[in-house]
Amino acid sequence: MSDPVSPLGNARFDGFVSVREVGPLGMITLRAKSDVKELAAAIKAAVGTKVPAQRRIVINGDRAAGWMSPDEYLLVLPYDQVAAAMAAIATAMGGAHHLAADVSDARAIFRIEGAKAAQALQKLMPVDFATLEPGELRRSRAAQVAAAIWEQDNGFTLVCFRSVAAYVFGLLSHSAQAGSELA
Amino acid sequence: MLILECPYCGVKAEETELSAGGEAHLKRFGPGSADDDFENYMFARKNPKGVHFERWRHSYGCGKWFLAARCTATLEVFGTYPAQTGEPPADLQAKIKAKRPDWKGY
Amino acid sequence: MSTRLSKGGRLIDRTKPQTFTFNGKSMAGYAGDTLASALLANDQMLVGRSFKYHRPRGIVASGAEEPNALVNLGTGARFEPNQRTTTTELFSGLTATSQNHWPSLEFDVGVVNNYAARFLPAGFYYKTFIHPRFAWKHIFEPVIRQSAGLGQVPKEADADRYEYAYGFADILVVGGGIAGLQSALAAAKSGARVILLEQTAHWGGRAPVDGDVIDGKPADEWVKATVQALSAMENVTVMARTMAVGVYDHGYVLAEEKVADHTPGDGRPKKRLWRLRVGKIITATGAIERPLAFAGNDIPGVMLAAAVRDYVVNHGVSIGDRTVIVTNNDDAYRTAIALKEAGLEVPVILDARANVTGDLPAKARALGIRVETGKAVVKVKGGKRVTGVAIGAQAGEGAVLEEIACDAVAMSGGWSPVVHLFSHCGGKLNWDAVQAHFRPDANRAPTNQDGEAMVYAAGAANGALTGDQVLLDAVAAADAALGKASGVAAASVAVPAEGAMLPVWIMPQGAGPALKMKMWLDYQNDVKVSDVQLAAREGYTSVEHTKRYTTLGMATDQGKLSNINGLAVLANALHEDIPQVGTTTFRPPYTPVTLGALAGESRGEIFQPLRRSPIHEWHEKHGAYMEPVGLWRRPYCFTRGAESHEQSVHREILNTRSNVGLLDASTLGKIIVKGPDAGKFLDMLYTNVMSNLGVGKCRYGLMCNEQGFLSDDGVVVRLAEDTWLCHTTTGGADRIHGWMEDWLQCEWWDWQVYTANVTEQYAQIAVAGPKARQLLEKLGGMDVSKAALPFMAFSEGSLGNIPARVHRISFSGELSYEIAVPASHGLALWERLIEAGQEFGVMPYGTEAMHIMRAEKGFIMIGDETDGTVIPQDLNLGWAISKKKADYLGKRGQERNYLASPDRWKLAGFETLDGSVIEDGAYIPAPGHNANGQGNTQGRVTSTYHSPTLGKGIAMGLIHGGLGRMGEVVEFTKIDGGRVKARVVDPVFYDKEGARNDV
Repeated sequence: MSDPVSPLGNARFDGFVSVREVGPLGMITLRAKSDVKELAAAIKAAVGTKVPAQRRIVINGDRAAGWMSPDEYLLVLPYDQVAAAMAAIATAMGGAHHLAADVSDARAIFRIEGAKAAQALQKLMPVDFATLEPGELRRSRAAQVAAAIWEQDNGFTLVCFRSVAAYVFGLLSHSAQAGSELA
Repeated sequence: MLILECPYCGVKAEETELSAGGEAHLKRFGPGSADDDFENYMFARKNPKGVHFERWRHSYGCGKWFLAARCTATLEVFGTYPAQTGEPPADLQAKIKAKRPDWKGY
Repeated sequence: MSTRLSKGGRLIDRTKPQTFTFNGKSMAGYAGDTLASALLANDQMLVGRSFKYHRPRGIVASGAEEPNALVNLGTGARFEPNQRTTTTELFSGLTATSQNHWPSLEFDVGVVNNYAARFLPAGFYYKTFIHPRFAWKHIFEPVIRQSAGLGQVPKEADADRYEYAYGFADILVVGGGIAGLQSALAAAKSGARVILLEQTAHWGGRAPVDGDVIDGKPADEWVKATVQALSAMENVTVMARTMAVGVYDHGYVLAEEKVADHTPGDGRPKKRLWRLRVGKIITATGAIERPLAFAGNDIPGVMLAAAVRDYVVNHGVSIGDRTVIVTNNDDAYRTAIALKEAGLEVPVILDARANVTGDLPAKARALGIRVETGKAVVKVKGGKRVTGVAIGAQAGEGAVLEEIACDAVAMSGGWSPVVHLFSHCGGKLNWDAVQAHFRPDANRAPTNQDGEAMVYAAGAANGALTGDQVLLDAVAAADAALGKASGVAAASVAVPAEGAMLPVWIMPQGAGPALKMKMWLDYQNDVKVSDVQLAAREGYTSVEHTKRYTTLGMATDQGKLSNINGLAVLANALHEDIPQVGTTTFRPPYTPVTLGALAGESRGEIFQPLRRSPIHEWHEKHGAYMEPVGLWRRPYCFTRGAESHEQSVHREILNTRSNVGLLDASTLGKIIVKGPDAGKFLDMLYTNVMSNLGVGKCRYGLMCNEQGFLSDDGVVVRLAEDTWLCHTTTGGADRIHGWMEDWLQCEWWDWQVYTANVTEQYAQIAVAGPKARQLLEKLGGMDVSKAALPFMAFSEGSLGNIPARVHRISFSGELSYEIAVPASHGLALWERLIEAGQEFGVMPYGTEAMHIMRAEKGFIMIGDETDGTVIPQDLNLGWAISKKKADYLGKRGQERNYLASPDRWKLAGFETLDGSVIEDGAYIPAPGHNANGQGNTQGRVTSTYHSPTLGKGIAMGLIHGGLGRMGEVVEFTKIDGGRVKARVVDPVFYDKEGARNDV
């Protein structure tokens, strides 16, 4: 089997903050309502976390579960463990109405790192970073495309669609150029 | 540029994160319905100067459709609420009535 | 002459000389100069020509209200027209050229308009260029356009970069004068998140120039301490060089930060557009001094009194050795005093008021300055600069009492609060008769999303014109914006007692027509008192109409200098009061915003989010000519050698039909629909039945909107008992997914269905052609035989060790497999297919080959055969419409009588008799004319190509009567006016029986 390739081959830009394309990373979209009792076991089995609260992401090492909407969760995990996690979800959910889809390849993931990482994003997203709460997963737009971000390990993780990976990398590189720090 | 709070995810979203969807609380008329009913469903839209109920989708956020009560003249927002309802919540209607005594009601 | 004084200049650094050029002439200035102050220091009084009459114009003001001194800045890729010299910071290497003149600033041919001025009154263009009608388009407009306009359009792409930034605060304070500083301090001390903006590079506004003493200290010291205190607070963001240009709904404010305007080429963004979202806005934007309307008030050397003072105090620049002051208020005496203290001559102060009693006049008199009360400038003498003034009684008609030689005139007609930001979003103004200006009405402020007041004016912007009142008002504004008392006491300011101002709208008040034709209201647009009075005589009673008729306050002025004077003249001419006449509407932007800043980062590679398939780079490396499909870029064809695009397309088609071709179909929409009610849901969504599709099978389906018009099509795959995969068109994926969610969320929210848009999860490759099966068999891993994988079935497995779902569906009519693999393996599969396919003659093909091959097969294309007014029945797709279903989206719409009418145009094929290709967009004319005198039509072409397979032109189109007219010869229009004959035929041109796919 061929090795999976991330959209930009782990491209990197260094400005006043660094921008790295990371991945491939496993991602599962899990749609189910929060009051479905099997949900907690399914998320636990897949990524080992509790069900995230509204607009939160629960991080567990290299795995995480994020709240995307009242009936949608984003599960993050190593790429090669998606198939096992999908099977575990199917088992845990049983007959309960849900949808689980492997979206690992539908996404591009960036890390924006450095003390002023929020500033690079502040130029692109209509998001008040000063009021972003710890563990908050914020879905918004980065310039003209949808993006989700959360703060983690001295920086931010940004997820967008794969087809616009080059565009988003271009945006982030433009915003991170040395000398363009916000006052 | 408007700000509307998404009732599903609690984000105070700005208009660029939203998509407008026209008038809320339309009743669908399907096969067998009278021409007048279908015409109203398809084409007749309220265009009040004042209180208006409308559909918005948090398209750059949680993706959910919600409904908003808004004054088209002053852009005051009376409230937002989930789309899974046939009419505006009673408390919202009362709030609007208090702020706009001349409002004829939903 | 204007010159640099040997001393003074609080903003300049004499140890840092800067050199620049104006019209090619090298000049010197200092760091801290504006371009305007540096030009004046070099005696460059003449800076431009007026718009209409090309009269010589000098600098009038010292800030954003400057109407005359607009120049071209920079050269080549950093060329910018219409830049205000008064707001341009000087830097070494700056190059400026004057504009709106030919051949030169000193000698301008266009000045002939000046001598013809009596023939060019307001509305001249409207009245003159009416007849003959054809002449407007062919003669008048081209000539006028040639001679009109200010600066030139830049010819090169901008060398600079720009960006946005989003900012948030509870309270935004606009203006870094003492009012803004005081408001910001009060708001910040109460804990609010505050952003404070100042348009210039320095703080304090007018107070330091006017010599205010705050809390016992010189204003400069208080300003410095306050800025430091604010900068040190965590809840405060302080930004200089940032102009708030517009206030919009719900606390949205646009502001333009000049990041590297004064340091071009240093790698930083030139400008940054701040998109601020704030709770409340305090506009501490100050006030703008009004000119006085006297004859010759546009001659270079006539300047606003406060501007004269600014240049002396801030930049150590004198406008002239002998400056006559003309005023209707006490403030201008500050200028006289400042000039005198700088060692310059003030021959006389002409004060229109009969009684002059304030502290400042007393001080002026004590300095030995001659003060003439009740006097006016009758006329300014001079051409390209002031040489003197003729003075007379303000109460008179212009009889000259005395002539006084001078080289500058400093005028003050009172002060107008900068109400623009308060007004942008609907704030209303009151007329203040005592100070003769409009000021914000706090009871009619613009409101926010909660219905509360959103904008509060503070200080001079609110009509508080003395230092003590300014600071008290600033705290009051902060308290009002906070909705509570901040508990902060305003700093105290010692102020002189000032006498009341006297409204003066023209000078002298009884001036006759000859003088009024030389009294400028709007310098930039060459609008004079006589023009506004003419407009009134001609019946213009609305201020908005008068503005447009005379061009008063239009373009870059936006009512800054000319507004109140113009209104007053109009009101007098109409014999009405000023508040009855009202004011024009203030609209954003307050000052012009660079287009680059509005574009932000959206340039070049990141102009728009181009979507790239996982195989995109391969295409680019292999000769793909890309075409936009929505935001995707798809290969139109792959060119080889010297081929034309058409030749490439034809080669790709013939190869696919004889060997095997590869199409990157990754962009097709893919939506998973799952749940107990998914079948029921899809039966509502599609016109045909999807619930009875067998697991493992594929079915072509149509979706309509509620009007019944065809909206999208695609193959639906049943993955499992409760799971379907819906393919959409490339452009339709997001739209159809949104459409599904709309119905599920808003109409059938009790149905148990989930959707997931997995379009980008998969790369999808169509392998089409008679050798397709051989190619897949060579990759190995899956049984792709006819028995194992029949037409309209799919199977999942591993193809060449890549996990794949292989669908046997065909859009080309050939034996065809569409293979979906995870996107991260897409390129690998593509390359293997190319490599393994060499022995079978494999070639990639593009969208155009796909389009032609589907047309050869008579398959419709959304967007070609459909245009939002076509129902499936029009396209002979009745077979895909379930008659059994009680309901589906669009069914009721299709029941409307005119959609059910037999007169609708229906799909047919067309072949020209001569084998040529029918032109795109061609119509089939019908006899007679319609009610508008247009020729009738009976059909139109929807797809038309040269078919390389058949060697002739083929087309599909809609025609009245449809296939019932098979065999008939009709005529299509041609662009050259001719007609081409075509026969109505079956739209399936190739392999009618489907044998090629049945293998």
